[in-house]
Amino acid sequence: MNRTVLDLWVGFFVAIGLAALLFLSLKVGNLSSAQLSETYVLKAKFDNIGGLKVRGPVKSAGVVVGRIVDIQFDSGTYEAVVSMNIDGRYHFPKDTFASINTAGLLGEQYVGFDAGGDDKMLQAGDTIAKTQSAIVLEKLISQFLFSKAADGQDKK
Amino acid sequence: MLDPLSPIRRLGHGAVERVWRLGFAARFFAAVLTHSGSSFRRLPLTLREIYFSGVLSLLIILVSGLFVGLVLGLQGYEILQRFGSTEALGTLVSLSLTRELGPVLAAIFFASRAGSSVTAEIGLMKATEQLKAMDMMAVDPIARVVAPRFWGGVISMPFLAAIFSAMGVLGGWLIGVVFIGVDDGAYWSQMQASVDFRYDILNGVIKSFVFGVAVSLIAVFEGYDSVPTAEGVSRAITRTVVTSVLTVLALDFVLTSFMFRGA
Repeated sequence: MNRTVLDLWVGFFVAIGLAALLFLSLKVGNLSSAQLSETYVLKAKFDNIGGLKVRGPVKSAGVVVGRIVDIQFDSGTYEAVVSMNIDGRYHFPKDTFASINTAGLLGEQYVGFDAGGDDKMLQAGDTIAKTQSAIVLEKLISQFLFSKAADGQDKK
Repeated sequence: MLDPLSPIRRLGHGAVERVWRLGFAARFFAAVLTHSGSSFRRLPLTLREIYFSGVLSLLIILVSGLFVGLVLGLQGYEILQRFGSTEALGTLVSLSLTRELGPVLAAIFFASRAGSSVTAEIGLMKATEQLKAMDMMAVDPIARVVAPRFWGGVISMPFLAAIFSAMGVLGGWLIGVVFIGVDDGAYWSQMQASVDFRYDILNGVIKSFVFGVAVSLIAVFEGYDSVPTAEGVSRAITRTVVTSVLTVLALDFVLTSFMFRGA
């Protein structure tokens, strides 16, 4: 086969392959936004993290601002220590409130930040003081049932 | 005449034969790697093989990728509909393609389309004593014939897998968004929210590279090791396809258990 025609086809093939990879990483994998920027680490301690997973999202006002990188158990305080990589473009006040929420009824769990009003900002490596644990559905149901039962007793 | 030990002897003979062949394949792999310098110095040789195994496999990869995506879109929608979460269609299609179906199916198509023809080519060269003739002319057949075909396959395979996955995602989009009417924004945004570049896409590329090495090695080895007759070559081609498919599926299990053990 003619060398120039061959080169053309191989170049064509490699170009399509690279385009497919680019398509996968940009359009499917969303490499462009979340991965490239600088990040810093914040920590938070929770009594109960429920079904929180490493690589889960950290959201503030519904926007993904970071990812969970590590979950460990503190055997001194019997709490879960969650480390998060936060996008370097976003900064949060010292009295930010971290809670564990669920996306939808059965969706994945994520850490939600509610910004406070402090002038000082959280620095890299800081631990968030105010946290709220995951809501355990069984506890909620049993509380509801107990209160209903108590109501019934009062009426008698 | 009837030796009671002969079945056991045959079993032992078969086992020794298998192990010897495996060892020969390993030595052959090492020889291909040490002789592969020339296939990069003389790039046209490798380019020609990329053309034959990569470019000519493009059609089957494009069409089959599209159809796999279409089927995934239909079946995924049908199942997700029961849970009322049809927006997750993009996630389902893209994750199943980038992680598993893209590399595995592309490798299987590659083995049957390109691997078999490489085996046939090398086997026929051996049967017509072209390899021996090269050896006589002090041209190393491994450097001149085998290594370029091996590297051509290894280089083509990740591209083919990526094209397959991309076509599949487009196929799923075509069925889900254009024909059924899943929300276009939800299809892409749910996909982007759950597909991670390093965890899902890069692992898929690594998988397809490993499959490329395995399939190409099996193809060139079966050709080089074939019995130099018409029947022997045809058997070698069959063995290439069967062994490649089994190896790809087994390797896929091993790789998946290392890569995706759950966070």
